[in-house]
Amino acid sequence: MFEWFEPLIKTLTTDSGFWNPIVWGIVFIITFLVVYIIRGMGKKEYKKNTGQTQVFLSGNPEYEKEKMHVPGANVYWGFTEALKWLYKKFDKMHTGNISDYVLWFVIIMGIFLVIMVVI
Amino acid sequence: MNEILDWIIHHSPALIVAVPLLGAFLTILIGKIGPRIRNVFVIIITAITSFFVLLLANYVFTNGIKTYVFGGSSTSIESSYAIRILFEIDGLNAFIAIIAAILPIVAIIYSWAFMKEHTGLDKYYTLILLMTAGMLGMILTGDLFNFFVFLEITSIASAALIAFYLHKANSVQAAFKYIVISAIGALFLLFAIALFYGQYNALNMAVIANNISFTFIDKIALVVLIAALAMKAGIVPMHMWLPDAYGRAPASVTVVLIGTTLASLYGLFRVIFTIYGNHLFTVDSSQIALVLGVLIIILAVVTIVIGVFMALKQNDFKRMIAFAAIAEIGYMFLAVGAALSTYTFEGSSATISASGQMALKGGVFHIFNDALDVGLLFLVAGAVYYAAKETSLNKLGGLARNMKYTTIFFLIGLAAVSGLPPMNGFASKLIIYQSTFQINPLLAIVAILCSILLLATFVKVFYSVFLGPKLPKFSGVKEVPKSMLIAMGIIACIIIFIGLFPNVFVENIVTPAANALQNATSYIGGVL
Repeated sequence: MFEWFEPLIKTLTTDSGFWNPIVWGIVFIITFLVVYIIRGMGKKEYKKNTGQTQVFLSGNPEYEKEKMHVPGANVYWGFTEALKWLYKKFDKMHTGNISDYVLWFVIIMGIFLVIMVVI
Repeated sequence: MNEILDWIIHHSPALIVAVPLLGAFLTILIGKIGPRIRNVFVIIITAITSFFVLLLANYVFTNGIKTYVFGGSSTSIESSYAIRILFEIDGLNAFIAIIAAILPIVAIIYSWAFMKEHTGLDKYYTLILLMTAGMLGMILTGDLFNFFVFLEITSIASAALIAFYLHKANSVQAAFKYIVISAIGALFLLFAIALFYGQYNALNMAVIANNISFTFIDKIALVVLIAALAMKAGIVPMHMWLPDAYGRAPASVTVVLIGTTLASLYGLFRVIFTIYGNHLFTVDSSQIALVLGVLIIILAVVTIVIGVFMALKQNDFKRMIAFAAIAEIGYMFLAVGAALSTYTFEGSSATISASGQMALKGGVFHIFNDALDVGLLFLVAGAVYYAAKETSLNKLGGLARNMKYTTIFFLIGLAAVSGLPPMNGFASKLIIYQSTFQINPLLAIVAILCSILLLATFVKVFYSVFLGPKLPKFSGVKEVPKSMLIAMGIIACIIIFIGLFPNVFVENIVTPAANALQNATSYIGGVL
């Protein structure tokens, strides 16, 4: 009756492993249930519409909404700052000048040509 | 009924190009009647085209190579060269054609609401259909000059669509860059075709593949073809046109542009594996195959790393996805390079190693997944722009409260493009990781690390655009219209389906495509 379903649930075998999303899904649901049960055992002291739900910034007043949101440029600031030396090189490469785009094309073609001719 | 179906299947290669081409010119006339009828007409044309593609793909996957000759019943072969123009479809181009057929349908449904406020929509839909015809022509043709002609049709239509927001200087500039780069790529392609024609008196891919003797001129042609098509495919460091074009075009156009980029990638694979395949993978040329494989791996790794690092730094939503798309192309290229470097020789016959075969499967599988994942993310970016009139990550925020469905689609796209289970991107990336690990563990490590960075990149978008407090300036933002949600929903459903049942897809569609790549003799046999 469910023969049509069989090919759907077949495992994808790679050269050195396998992947079956159905098995993954079952494991995921079981894990979720276990976590949910453990969570349910926690303390129930949360009270809505009390001071517990207020934003706490070390006692400072809350800023207006637009100032509270961290803009995209500040996310991973530390990462990009630490790799500034690398990003400077990448930026230098991305000039936005179309002559440079063509130059890169010629360089790659030249490198390939030299290597292929040498072989 | 069966006779009609057989007739359609027989003529489908020609119909697949003819229907959107004819539809493109009729759109202008139909547009005079009214916008609704025009919209219905355009979606019917793309649906019919997709139906023909699916019929043809099913035929090819079941019966093998299909050759369609224009202007006659035979190829008129004399002294082993074909006179007539022909389309030759094997597992590989049938596979790519499916992608090229899905993307315009989604783009058109999305456009109904997304482009509604704009004028000049008759021309817009005409150009989308022209792009579709050109893209499918590039994929199906078995003739190199024909490939060049379709590439030109696609490039001109694409450039016009990239510049659709004429009032924005950046869009016009991006279109100018695109057309210059495309023209240069096409010129070099034409030069390589001329080299072949001068030597072998032929333009047919199978005939050239059969006669190729790997002379010095053939080497020049190979290098020129690889460089030109790699530039059109967006391989670093020839990728710089791509963020400009993808970032400035309307989101619905970008989705189809992804298809044209993949069509160029297909051309690259066809050149390496089919036209040069029989000669490249012989004992005499084994060194060249290995070196070519290593060169492709180097370009692929550079493409992945630069794509991901640049994406992480971007603060414009669409430009960020464009750099992520470049990194994704790198994964496909990595798989192909890894496969090329694993050819082994027993006597005079060349065979690809088991891990190489697996890498090839992963690379081909990832082509499909990339088109869907990146396509969905671009549609989400377009939806955010439609609703908030903003794409800067520095100015957006808190939109999940107003755009629940769009947020869910973004999360699906995020998980898929970053290779998180159980999405489709995970299945193809897993194959690429495992196969490249066996070839060189360092490659797999770089690939996995960059995938993690890709996840970090889109987590940044998720936080900046969708999370955070509800910003007063976006308090009036509403969820996008239904047609845009349906378009995103179609892609999301395919992503989830492939993610949940990857084996069905790999066995029935990906494996024939990967096998076709390895079997140049069959492709030649389809004509000679």
